[in-house]
Amino acid sequence: MAQVEIANKMVDVTEEGYLTDPSQWNEDIARAIAEEIGISLTDKHMEVVMFLREKQAQGEALTIRKVGKSGIVDIKGLYKLFPGGPLKFSSKIAGIPKPVSCV
Amino acid sequence: MKKIVILGGGTAGTMMANKLRKALDRDTWDITIVDRHRTHYYQPGFLFIPFGIYSEHDVRKPKSSFFPVGVNVMYTGVDKIDAANKVVHLDEGKVLHYDYLIIATGTQTKPDETPGLKDKLWYKDIFDFYTIEGALALQRHFKTWQGGKLVMAITELPYKCPVAPLEFVFLAEEFFTKKGMRDKVDITIITPMPGVFTKPIATKMLAELLVEKNINVVSDFYIEHIDNDKKILVSYDEKEVPFDTLTIVPVNMGDEMVERSGLGDDLNFVYTDKHTLQQRDYKEIFVLGDAANIPTSKAGSVAHFAAEILFENLMSAIEDRPLLARFDGHANCYIETGYGKGALIDFNYETEPLPGTFPLPGIGPFGLLKNTKINHYGKIMFRWIYWHMLLRGKELPVEADMTMAGKKRVTF
Repeated sequence: MAQVEIANKMVDVTEEGYLTDPSQWNEDIARAIAEEIGISLTDKHMEVVMFLREKQAQGEALTIRKVGKSGIVDIKGLYKLFPGGPLKFSSKIAGIPKPVSCV
Repeated sequence: MKKIVILGGGTAGTMMANKLRKALDRDTWDITIVDRHRTHYYQPGFLFIPFGIYSEHDVRKPKSSFFPVGVNVMYTGVDKIDAANKVVHLDEGKVLHYDYLIIATGTQTKPDETPGLKDKLWYKDIFDFYTIEGALALQRHFKTWQGGKLVMAITELPYKCPVAPLEFVFLAEEFFTKKGMRDKVDITIITPMPGVFTKPIATKMLAELLVEKNINVVSDFYIEHIDNDKKILVSYDEKEVPFDTLTIVPVNMGDEMVERSGLGDDLNFVYTDKHTLQQRDYKEIFVLGDAANIPTSKAGSVAHFAAEILFENLMSAIEDRPLLARFDGHANCYIETGYGKGALIDFNYETEPLPGTFPLPGIGPFGLLKNTKINHYGKIMFRWIYWHMLLRGKELPVEADMTMAGKKRVTF
Protein backbone atom coordinates (compact mmCIF):
# COMPACT_ATOMS: atom_id res chain seq x y z
CA MET A 1 0.00 0.00 0.00
CA ALA A 2 1.21 3.50 -0.75
CA GLN A 3 0.04 7.09 -0.67
CA VAL A 4 -0.09 8.95 -3.94
CA GLU A 5 -1.42 12.28 -5.05
CA ILE A 6 -4.23 12.11 -7.57
CA ALA A 7 -6.04 15.26 -8.70
CA ASN A 8 -4.37 17.26 -5.90
CA LYS A 9 -5.49 14.87 -3.17
CA MET A 10 -3.47 12.34 -1.20
CA VAL A 11 -5.09 8.90 -1.39
CA ASP A 12 -4.13 5.39 -0.30
CA VAL A 13 -3.70 2.94 -3.16
CA THR A 14 -2.64 -0.66 -3.72
CA GLU A 15 0.41 -1.61 -5.77
CA GLU A 16 -1.88 -1.78 -8.80
CA GLY A 17 -3.31 1.66 -8.17
CA TYR A 18 -6.73 0.77 -6.73
CA LEU A 19 -7.96 3.04 -3.93
CA THR A 20 -8.09 1.23 -0.62
CA ASP A 21 -10.66 3.56 0.93
CA PRO A 22 -13.64 4.38 -1.31
CA SER A 23 -14.48 7.40 0.87
CA GLN A 24 -11.32 9.19 -0.34
CA TRP A 25 -12.78 9.20 -3.86
CA ASN A 26 -14.22 12.13 -5.77
CA GLU A 27 -15.10 12.80 -9.39
CA ASP A 28 -11.82 14.61 -10.09
CA ILE A 29 -9.92 11.55 -8.94
CA ALA A 30 -12.11 9.41 -11.22
CA ARG A 31 -11.30 11.63 -14.16
CA ALA A 32 -7.56 11.54 -13.42
CA ILE A 33 -7.45 7.73 -13.11
CA ALA A 34 -9.52 7.38 -16.28
CA GLU A 35 -7.18 9.66 -18.18
CA GLU A 36 -4.22 7.58 -17.11
CA ILE A 37 -5.96 4.48 -18.50
CA GLY A 38 -6.81 6.37 -21.67
CA ILE A 39 -10.54 6.81 -21.12
CA SER A 40 -12.29 10.14 -21.25
CA LEU A 41 -15.27 9.95 -18.88
CA THR A 42 -18.79 10.56 -20.20
CA ASP A 43 -22.07 10.61 -18.26
CA LYS A 44 -22.57 6.95 -19.20
CA HIS A 45 -19.20 6.06 -17.67
CA MET A 46 -20.18 7.92 -14.50
CA GLU A 47 -23.49 6.08 -14.27
CA VAL A 48 -21.61 2.78 -14.31
CA VAL A 49 -19.10 4.08 -11.78
CA MET A 50 -21.82 5.23 -9.39
CA PHE A 51 -23.65 1.91 -9.75
CA LEU A 52 -20.47 0.02 -8.85
CA ARG A 53 -19.82 2.24 -5.84
CA GLU A 54 -23.36 1.74 -4.59
CA LYS A 55 -23.23 -2.07 -4.96
CA GLN A 56 -19.77 -2.26 -3.44
CA ALA A 57 -20.94 -0.26 -0.42
CA GLN A 58 -23.77 -2.77 0.02
CA GLY A 59 -21.22 -5.57 0.18
CA GLU A 60 -22.27 -7.23 -3.07
CA ALA A 61 -19.85 -9.15 -5.24
CA LEU A 62 -19.43 -7.25 -8.51
CA THR A 63 -19.58 -9.01 -11.83
CA ILE A 64 -19.78 -7.93 -15.45
CA ARG A 65 -23.12 -9.73 -15.63
CA LYS A 66 -24.46 -7.63 -12.76
CA VAL A 67 -23.59 -4.40 -14.57
CA GLY A 68 -25.13 -5.86 -17.74
CA LYS A 69 -28.40 -6.37 -15.87
CA SER A 70 -28.36 -2.92 -14.25
CA GLY A 71 -30.24 -1.27 -17.11
CA ILE A 72 -27.45 1.29 -17.52
CA VAL A 73 -25.58 -0.47 -20.29
CA ASP A 74 -25.45 -3.99 -21.75
CA ILE A 75 -22.30 -6.09 -21.51
CA LYS A 76 -21.15 -5.29 -25.04
CA GLY A 77 -21.62 -1.62 -24.30
CA LEU A 78 -19.64 -1.98 -21.08
CA TYR A 79 -16.70 -3.42 -23.03
CA LYS A 80 -16.92 -0.44 -25.39
CA LEU A 81 -16.91 2.02 -22.47
CA PHE A 82 -13.93 0.38 -20.76
CA PRO A 83 -11.98 -1.43 -23.49
CA GLY A 84 -9.69 -4.19 -22.31
CA GLY A 85 -10.93 -4.27 -18.73
CA PRO A 86 -14.66 -3.63 -18.31
CA LEU A 87 -14.77 -4.44 -14.62
CA LYS A 88 -11.13 -3.83 -13.65
CA PHE A 89 -10.94 -0.36 -15.18
CA SER A 90 -14.40 0.71 -14.08
CA SER A 91 -13.64 -0.41 -10.51
CA LYS A 92 -10.34 1.41 -10.51
CA ILE A 93 -12.03 4.60 -11.71
CA ALA A 94 -14.80 4.09 -9.14
CA GLY A 95 -12.25 4.06 -6.33
CA ILE A 96 -13.27 0.63 -5.07
CA PRO A 97 -11.12 -2.47 -4.58
CA LYS A 98 -10.06 -4.60 -7.53
CA PRO A 99 -12.88 -7.06 -8.18
CA VAL A 100 -11.96 -10.51 -6.94
CA SER A 101 -13.50 -13.69 -8.14
CA CYS A 102 -14.87 -15.94 -5.47
CA VAL A 103 -12.70 -19.01 -5.41
CA MET B 1 -43.45 -29.25 18.86
CA LYS B 2 -40.84 -26.90 17.39
CA LYS B 3 -39.91 -27.28 13.76
CA ILE B 4 -36.71 -27.11 11.72
CA VAL B 5 -37.03 -27.36 7.95
CA ILE B 6 -34.02 -28.07 5.72
CA LEU B 7 -34.46 -27.31 2.03
CA GLY B 8 -32.11 -29.45 -0.04
CA GLY B 9 -30.81 -32.94 0.71
CA GLY B 10 -27.41 -32.66 -0.97
CA THR B 11 -24.06 -32.55 0.77
CA ALA B 12 -24.89 -29.54 2.94
CA GLY B 13 -28.48 -30.42 3.87
CA THR B 14 -27.67 -34.05 4.64
CA MET B 15 -24.79 -33.08 6.94
CA MET B 16 -27.03 -30.66 8.83
CA ALA B 17 -29.85 -33.20 9.19
CA ASN B 18 -27.40 -35.64 10.76
CA LYS B 19 -25.84 -33.11 13.11
CA LEU B 20 -29.15 -31.66 14.24
CA ARG B 21 -30.97 -34.96 14.77
CA LYS B 22 -28.13 -36.10 17.04
CA ALA B 23 -28.17 -32.89 19.05
CA LEU B 24 -31.87 -32.11 19.41
CA ASP B 25 -34.42 -33.93 21.54
CA ARG B 26 -36.91 -35.80 19.36
CA ASP B 27 -39.84 -35.00 21.66
CA THR B 28 -39.25 -31.26 21.29
CA TRP B 29 -37.83 -30.80 17.80
CA ASP B 30 -39.35 -31.97 14.57
CA ILE B 31 -36.89 -31.98 11.63
CA THR B 32 -38.00 -32.13 7.99
CA ILE B 33 -35.76 -32.30 4.94
CA VAL B 34 -37.13 -31.51 1.47
CA ASP B 35 -35.56 -32.46 -1.86
CA ARG B 36 -37.06 -33.17 -5.24
CA HIS B 37 -34.46 -35.80 -6.19
CA ARG B 38 -33.98 -39.25 -4.68
CA THR B 39 -30.42 -39.92 -5.87
CA HIS B 40 -27.32 -38.53 -4.18
CA TYR B 41 -24.42 -38.06 -6.58
CA TYR B 42 -20.82 -37.84 -5.38
CA GLN B 43 -20.13 -34.83 -7.57
CA PRO B 44 -16.33 -34.71 -7.18
CA GLY B 45 -16.40 -38.06 -8.99
CA PHE B 46 -17.98 -36.58 -12.15
CA LEU B 47 -14.52 -35.31 -13.14
CA PHE B 48 -13.23 -38.87 -13.54
CA ILE B 49 -16.13 -40.19 -15.66
CA PRO B 50 -15.14 -38.70 -19.06
CA PHE B 51 -11.81 -40.54 -18.81
CA GLY B 52 -13.38 -43.86 -17.86
CA ILE B 53 -11.81 -43.83 -14.38
CA TYR B 54 -15.20 -43.88 -12.63
CA SER B 55 -18.52 -45.20 -13.90
CA GLU B 56 -21.96 -43.96 -12.90
CA HIS B 57 -22.16 -46.80 -10.40
CA ASP B 58 -19.20 -45.30 -8.47
CA VAL B 59 -20.85 -41.96 -7.85
CA ARG B 60 -24.52 -42.64 -7.01
CA LYS B 61 -26.38 -43.84 -3.97
CA PRO B 62 -29.95 -43.29 -2.73
CA LYS B 63 -30.32 -40.12 -0.66
CA SER B 64 -32.41 -42.05 1.83
CA SER B 65 -29.32 -44.04 2.94
CA PHE B 66 -27.82 -40.90 4.45
CA PHE B 67 -30.80 -39.31 6.18
CA PRO B 68 -30.90 -40.18 9.88
CA VAL B 69 -33.77 -41.99 11.55
CA GLY B 70 -36.23 -39.55 13.05
CA VAL B 71 -36.12 -36.97 10.26
CA ASN B 72 -39.15 -36.48 8.01
CA VAL B 73 -38.18 -36.68 4.36
CA MET B 74 -40.31 -35.11 1.62
CA TYR B 75 -39.42 -35.71 -2.02
CA THR B 76 -40.99 -32.68 -3.61
CA GLY B 77 -40.08 -29.32 -5.13
CA VAL B 78 -40.26 -25.99 -3.31
CA ASP B 79 -42.47 -23.28 -4.73
CA LYS B 80 -41.34 -20.48 -2.42
CA ILE B 81 -40.45 -19.35 1.06
CA ASP B 82 -42.74 -16.85 2.73
CA ALA B 83 -40.09 -15.60 5.13
CA ALA B 84 -42.27 -12.98 6.79
CA ASN B 85 -44.72 -15.69 7.90
CA LYS B 86 -42.14 -18.45 8.43
CA VAL B 87 -43.80 -20.76 5.95
CA VAL B 88 -42.47 -22.84 3.04
CA HIS B 89 -44.86 -23.50 0.14
CA LEU B 90 -44.11 -26.81 -1.53
CA ASP B 91 -45.28 -28.04 -4.91
CA GLU B 92 -48.88 -29.26 -5.08
CA GLY B 93 -49.99 -26.76 -2.45
CA LYS B 94 -48.43 -28.36 0.60
CA VAL B 95 -47.26 -26.03 3.35
CA LEU B 96 -44.55 -26.34 6.02
CA HIS B 97 -44.29 -24.02 9.02
CA TYR B 98 -40.91 -23.56 10.63
CA ASP B 99 -39.21 -22.05 13.63
CA TYR B 100 -35.84 -22.29 11.88
CA LEU B 101 -35.16 -22.79 8.21
CA ILE B 102 -31.92 -23.95 6.58
CA ILE B 103 -31.57 -23.22 2.87
CA ALA B 104 -29.19 -25.72 1.25
CA THR B 105 -30.53 -25.79 -2.29
CA GLY B 106 -27.12 -25.49 -3.91
CA THR B 107 -26.20 -24.24 -7.35
CA GLN B 108 -27.20 -25.49 -10.78
CA THR B 109 -25.73 -25.22 -14.25
CA LYS B 110 -27.74 -23.05 -16.66
CA PRO B 111 -26.56 -23.71 -20.22
CA ASP B 112 -29.52 -21.70 -21.55
CA GLU B 113 -27.90 -18.51 -20.20
CA THR B 114 -25.23 -18.63 -22.94
CA PRO B 115 -26.52 -18.20 -26.50
CA GLY B 116 -25.54 -21.10 -28.74
CA LEU B 117 -24.56 -23.42 -25.93
CA LYS B 118 -27.59 -25.68 -25.79
CA ASP B 119 -27.86 -25.85 -29.56
CA LYS B 120 -27.25 -28.46 -32.25
CA LEU B 121 -23.77 -29.38 -30.99
CA TRP B 122 -24.91 -29.94 -27.37
CA TYR B 123 -23.80 -33.41 -26.29
CA LYS B 124 -22.39 -33.98 -29.81
CA ASP B 125 -19.28 -31.77 -29.69
CA ILE B 126 -20.14 -29.60 -26.66
CA PHE B 127 -20.34 -31.10 -23.16
CA ASP B 128 -20.41 -30.21 -19.50
CA PHE B 129 -19.08 -32.54 -16.81
CA TYR B 130 -21.08 -30.98 -13.97
CA THR B 131 -24.05 -33.28 -14.58
CA ILE B 132 -24.08 -37.06 -14.75
CA GLU B 133 -25.62 -36.86 -18.23
CA GLY B 134 -22.87 -34.56 -19.51
CA ALA B 135 -20.05 -36.57 -17.95
CA LEU B 136 -21.36 -39.82 -19.47
CA ALA B 137 -21.93 -38.25 -22.90
CA LEU B 138 -18.34 -36.97 -22.87
CA GLN B 139 -17.05 -40.42 -21.90
CA ARG B 140 -18.76 -41.87 -24.99
CA HIS B 141 -17.45 -39.04 -27.16
CA PHE B 142 -13.81 -39.50 -26.07
CA LYS B 143 -13.90 -43.23 -26.88
CA THR B 144 -13.93 -42.55 -30.61
CA TRP B 145 -12.63 -38.98 -30.84
CA GLN B 146 -9.87 -38.62 -33.42
CA GLY B 147 -8.30 -35.52 -31.90
CA GLY B 148 -8.25 -31.83 -32.75
CA LYS B 149 -8.80 -28.73 -30.64
CA LEU B 150 -10.05 -29.56 -27.14
CA VAL B 151 -11.23 -26.41 -25.38
CA MET B 152 -12.22 -26.23 -21.69
CA ALA B 153 -14.13 -22.99 -21.10
CA ILE B 154 -15.54 -21.24 -18.04
CA THR B 155 -18.51 -18.98 -18.81
CA GLU B 156 -19.13 -17.08 -15.58
CA LEU B 157 -18.16 -16.64 -11.95
CA PRO B 158 -18.83 -17.99 -9.43
CA TYR B 159 -18.99 -21.66 -10.36
CA LYS B 160 -18.90 -24.88 -8.42
CA CYS B 161 -15.49 -26.34 -7.59
CA PRO B 162 -13.19 -23.67 -9.04
CA VAL B 163 -10.29 -26.07 -9.60
CA ALA B 164 -12.27 -28.68 -11.55
CA PRO B 165 -11.61 -27.21 -15.04
CA LEU B 166 -7.87 -27.28 -14.30
CA GLU B 167 -8.10 -30.86 -13.12
CA PHE B 168 -10.02 -31.66 -16.29
CA VAL B 169 -7.26 -30.40 -18.60
CA PHE B 170 -4.56 -32.13 -16.53
CA LEU B 171 -6.43 -35.45 -16.71
CA ALA B 172 -7.17 -34.96 -20.43
CA GLU B 173 -3.46 -34.41 -21.06
CA GLU B 174 -2.64 -37.73 -19.38
CA PHE B 175 -5.57 -39.52 -21.05
CA PHE B 176 -4.58 -38.57 -24.61
CA THR B 177 -0.88 -39.14 -23.93
CA LYS B 178 -1.62 -42.68 -22.76
CA LYS B 179 -3.83 -43.22 -25.81
CA GLY B 180 -0.81 -42.32 -27.92
CA MET B 181 -2.54 -39.36 -29.56
CA ARG B 182 -1.36 -36.35 -27.53
CA ASP B 183 0.28 -34.95 -30.68
CA LYS B 184 -3.18 -34.82 -32.30
CA VAL B 185 -4.85 -33.00 -29.39
CA ASP B 186 -4.39 -29.29 -28.80
CA ILE B 187 -5.63 -28.45 -25.27
CA THR B 188 -6.72 -24.93 -24.28
CA ILE B 189 -8.35 -23.61 -21.10
CA ILE B 190 -10.39 -20.40 -21.33
CA THR B 191 -11.31 -18.28 -18.33
CA PRO B 192 -12.97 -14.89 -17.74
CA MET B 193 -10.47 -14.37 -14.91
CA PRO B 194 -7.10 -12.66 -15.43
CA GLY B 195 -5.33 -15.98 -14.63
CA VAL B 196 -6.08 -19.67 -14.14
CA PHE B 197 -6.67 -19.06 -10.45
CA THR B 198 -7.37 -15.79 -8.72
CA LYS B 199 -4.90 -15.98 -5.88
CA PRO B 200 -1.35 -15.11 -7.03
CA ILE B 201 0.78 -17.81 -5.37
CA ALA B 202 -1.46 -20.70 -6.43
CA THR B 203 -1.81 -19.18 -9.92
CA LYS B 204 1.97 -19.17 -10.30
CA MET B 205 2.29 -22.82 -9.28
CA LEU B 206 -0.60 -23.93 -11.52
CA ALA B 207 0.48 -21.80 -14.49
CA GLU B 208 3.92 -23.41 -14.41
CA LEU B 209 2.33 -26.84 -14.42
CA LEU B 210 0.19 -25.90 -17.44
CA VAL B 211 3.25 -24.73 -19.37
CA GLU B 212 5.08 -27.95 -18.48
CA LYS B 213 2.18 -29.97 -19.87
CA ASN B 214 1.85 -27.86 -23.01
CA ILE B 215 -1.68 -26.67 -22.21
CA ASN B 216 -2.67 -23.24 -23.58
CA VAL B 217 -4.35 -20.62 -21.40
CA VAL B 218 -6.64 -17.88 -22.73
CA SER B 219 -7.49 -15.47 -19.88
CA ASP B 220 -9.82 -12.44 -19.67
CA PHE B 221 -12.12 -14.15 -22.18
CA TYR B 222 -15.78 -13.52 -21.34
CA ILE B 223 -17.98 -15.64 -23.57
CA GLU B 224 -20.84 -13.88 -25.34
CA HIS B 225 -21.99 -16.71 -27.58
CA ILE B 226 -21.00 -19.92 -29.31
CA ASP B 227 -21.21 -20.14 -33.08
CA ASN B 228 -22.26 -23.75 -33.82
CA ASP B 229 -21.67 -23.51 -37.58
CA LYS B 230 -18.15 -22.10 -37.41
CA LYS B 231 -17.40 -23.96 -34.13
CA ILE B 232 -15.98 -20.91 -32.43
CA LEU B 233 -16.37 -19.21 -29.05
CA VAL B 234 -16.95 -15.47 -29.33
CA SER B 235 -16.23 -13.05 -26.47
CA TYR B 236 -17.97 -9.75 -25.70
CA ASP B 237 -14.96 -7.86 -27.03
CA GLU B 238 -15.19 -9.90 -30.26
CA LYS B 239 -12.25 -12.23 -29.78
CA GLU B 240 -12.66 -15.75 -31.20
CA VAL B 241 -11.37 -19.18 -30.19
CA PRO B 242 -12.03 -22.21 -32.43
CA PHE B 243 -12.81 -25.69 -31.05
CA ASP B 244 -13.46 -29.23 -32.23
CA THR B 245 -14.59 -30.50 -28.84
CA LEU B 246 -15.76 -28.01 -26.24
CA THR B 247 -16.11 -28.81 -22.54
CA ILE B 248 -17.83 -26.04 -20.69
CA VAL B 249 -18.73 -24.83 -17.23
CA PRO B 250 -22.15 -23.28 -17.89
CA VAL B 251 -23.36 -20.27 -15.91
CA ASN B 252 -24.06 -21.33 -12.32
CA MET B 253 -27.19 -20.09 -10.58
CA GLY B 254 -28.97 -20.83 -7.34
CA ASP B 255 -32.40 -22.46 -7.26
CA GLU B 256 -35.21 -20.53 -8.93
CA MET B 257 -37.14 -20.86 -5.68
CA VAL B 258 -34.72 -18.25 -4.24
CA GLU B 259 -35.84 -15.76 -6.86
CA ARG B 260 -39.53 -16.53 -6.28
CA SER B 261 -38.94 -16.00 -2.56
CA GLY B 262 -37.09 -12.70 -3.09
CA LEU B 263 -34.19 -13.75 -0.88
CA GLY B 264 -31.20 -13.62 -3.23
CA ASP B 265 -29.10 -11.76 -5.77
CA ASP B 266 -29.31 -11.71 -9.57
CA LEU B 267 -27.76 -15.19 -9.78
CA ASN B 268 -30.27 -16.51 -7.21
CA PHE B 269 -27.68 -16.97 -4.49
CA VAL B 270 -29.17 -16.19 -1.08
CA TYR B 271 -28.01 -12.99 0.66
CA THR B 272 -26.07 -14.42 3.58
CA ASP B 273 -23.97 -12.97 6.42
CA LYS B 274 -20.56 -14.36 5.56
CA HIS B 275 -19.62 -14.86 9.22
CA THR B 276 -22.82 -15.93 11.01
CA LEU B 277 -24.35 -17.72 7.97
CA GLN B 278 -27.73 -16.16 8.74
CA GLN B 279 -29.85 -14.88 5.90
CA ARG B 280 -29.31 -11.11 5.66
CA ASP B 281 -32.88 -10.08 6.50
CA TYR B 282 -34.38 -12.98 8.47
CA LYS B 283 -32.62 -14.18 11.58
CA GLU B 284 -34.43 -17.54 11.72
CA ILE B 285 -33.15 -18.48 8.26
CA PHE B 286 -29.64 -19.92 7.87
CA VAL B 287 -27.90 -20.70 4.58
CA LEU B 288 -25.39 -23.50 3.99
CA GLY B 289 -23.23 -24.51 1.05
CA ASP B 290 -23.39 -23.38 -2.57
CA ALA B 291 -26.79 -21.67 -2.10
CA ALA B 292 -25.18 -18.81 -0.13
CA ASN B 293 -23.72 -15.70 -1.77
CA ILE B 294 -20.69 -15.69 0.56
CA PRO B 295 -17.38 -14.87 -1.15
CA THR B 296 -15.68 -18.24 -0.99
CA SER B 297 -15.54 -21.38 -3.13
CA LYS B 298 -18.69 -23.27 -4.00
CA ALA B 299 -17.45 -26.66 -2.85
CA GLY B 300 -18.26 -29.50 -0.49
CA SER B 301 -15.29 -28.72 1.75
CA VAL B 302 -16.65 -25.23 2.34
CA ALA B 303 -20.09 -26.65 3.17
CA HIS B 304 -18.44 -29.06 5.58
CA PHE B 305 -16.49 -26.36 7.46
CA ALA B 306 -19.45 -23.97 7.39
CA ALA B 307 -21.76 -26.70 8.73
CA GLU B 308 -19.88 -26.72 12.05
CA ILE B 309 -20.24 -22.94 12.37
CA LEU B 310 -23.90 -23.00 11.35
CA PHE B 311 -24.59 -25.79 13.84
CA GLU B 312 -23.05 -23.80 16.70
CA ASN B 313 -24.92 -20.65 15.76
CA LEU B 314 -28.23 -22.42 15.35
CA MET B 315 -27.81 -24.01 18.78
CA SER B 316 -27.06 -20.56 20.21
CA ALA B 317 -30.13 -19.11 18.51
CA ILE B 318 -32.33 -21.91 19.88
CA GLU B 319 -31.01 -21.28 23.40
CA ASP B 320 -31.31 -17.52 23.00
CA ARG B 321 -27.58 -16.93 23.25
CA PRO B 322 -25.66 -14.53 21.00
CA LEU B 323 -24.30 -16.06 17.78
CA LEU B 324 -20.57 -16.17 18.44
CA ALA B 325 -19.26 -18.66 15.89
CA ARG B 326 -17.86 -16.92 12.84
CA PHE B 327 -17.18 -18.62 9.52
CA ASP B 328 -13.79 -17.68 8.05
CA GLY B 329 -14.47 -18.88 4.48
CA HIS B 330 -12.25 -21.95 4.94
CA ALA B 331 -11.87 -24.06 1.78
CA ASN B 332 -9.67 -27.07 1.15
CA CYS B 333 -9.30 -28.54 -2.34
CA TYR B 334 -7.40 -31.44 -3.79
CA ILE B 335 -6.30 -30.74 -7.35
CA GLU B 336 -5.72 -33.76 -9.57
CA THR B 337 -2.78 -32.99 -11.83
CA GLY B 338 -2.53 -36.26 -13.77
CA TYR B 339 -0.20 -39.28 -13.65
CA GLY B 340 -1.25 -40.25 -10.14
CA LYS B 341 -0.26 -36.95 -8.60
CA GLY B 342 -2.17 -34.14 -6.98
CA ALA B 343 -1.80 -30.74 -5.33
CA LEU B 344 -3.65 -29.45 -2.29
CA ILE B 345 -4.74 -25.94 -1.39
CA ASP B 346 -6.12 -24.65 1.92
CA PHE B 347 -7.35 -21.08 2.25
CA ASN B 348 -10.05 -18.71 3.56
CA TYR B 349 -11.59 -15.25 3.06
CA GLU B 350 -8.37 -13.51 4.09
CA THR B 351 -5.49 -15.89 3.41
CA GLU B 352 -4.60 -17.15 -0.04
CA PRO B 353 -3.35 -20.72 -0.60
CA LEU B 354 0.20 -21.01 0.76
CA PRO B 355 2.81 -23.78 0.63
CA GLY B 356 3.33 -26.03 3.66
CA THR B 357 1.97 -29.27 5.10
CA PHE B 358 -1.57 -30.37 6.02
CA PRO B 359 -3.31 -31.17 8.32
CA LEU B 360 -0.40 -31.65 10.77
CA PRO B 361 2.13 -28.78 10.76
CA GLY B 362 5.54 -30.00 9.54
CA ILE B 363 4.30 -33.57 9.10
CA GLY B 364 1.44 -33.57 6.65
CA PRO B 365 1.07 -36.15 5.21
CA PHE B 366 -0.26 -33.85 2.52
CA GLY B 367 1.88 -31.17 0.91
CA LEU B 368 0.23 -27.80 0.28
CA LEU B 369 0.83 -26.35 -3.19
CA LYS B 370 3.07 -29.30 -3.99
CA ASN B 371 2.52 -31.84 -6.71
CA THR B 372 2.78 -35.24 -4.99
CA LYS B 373 1.45 -38.80 -5.15
CA ILE B 374 0.14 -38.72 -1.58
CA ASN B 375 -2.11 -35.76 -2.43
CA HIS B 376 -3.63 -37.84 -5.22
CA TYR B 377 -4.31 -40.69 -2.78
CA GLY B 378 -5.96 -38.16 -0.49
CA LYS B 379 -8.41 -37.35 -3.27
CA ILE B 380 -9.09 -41.01 -4.04
CA MET B 381 -9.61 -41.85 -0.34
CA PHE B 382 -11.90 -38.91 0.06
CA ARG B 383 -14.76 -40.67 -1.75
CA TRP B 384 -14.90 -43.23 1.08
CA ILE B 385 -14.71 -40.48 3.70
CA TYR B 386 -17.50 -38.61 1.93
CA TRP B 387 -19.98 -41.51 1.89
CA HIS B 388 -19.11 -42.93 5.30
CA MET B 389 -18.19 -39.97 7.48
CA LEU B 390 -18.81 -36.54 6.00
CA LEU B 391 -22.45 -36.92 4.94
CA ARG B 392 -23.28 -38.64 8.20
CA GLY B 393 -22.04 -35.63 10.15
CA LYS B 394 -19.15 -37.47 11.82
CA GLU B 395 -16.11 -35.59 13.08
CA LEU B 396 -13.20 -35.37 10.64
CA PRO B 397 -9.67 -34.63 11.89
CA VAL B 398 -9.71 -31.17 10.30
CA GLU B 399 -10.65 -27.91 12.05
CA ALA B 400 -13.45 -25.69 10.74
CA ASP B 401 -11.28 -22.58 11.10
CA MET B 402 -8.30 -22.39 8.81
CA THR B 403 -4.97 -22.47 10.66
CA MET B 404 -1.68 -20.82 9.72
CA ALA B 405 0.26 -23.65 11.45
CA GLY B 406 2.18 -25.63 8.85
CA LYS B 407 1.88 -22.86 6.26
CA LYS B 408 4.71 -20.69 4.99
CA ARG B 409 4.30 -17.02 4.18
CA VAL B 410 5.99 -16.52 0.85
CA THR B 411 6.63 -13.63 -1.45
CA PHE B 412 7.87 -13.69 -4.97
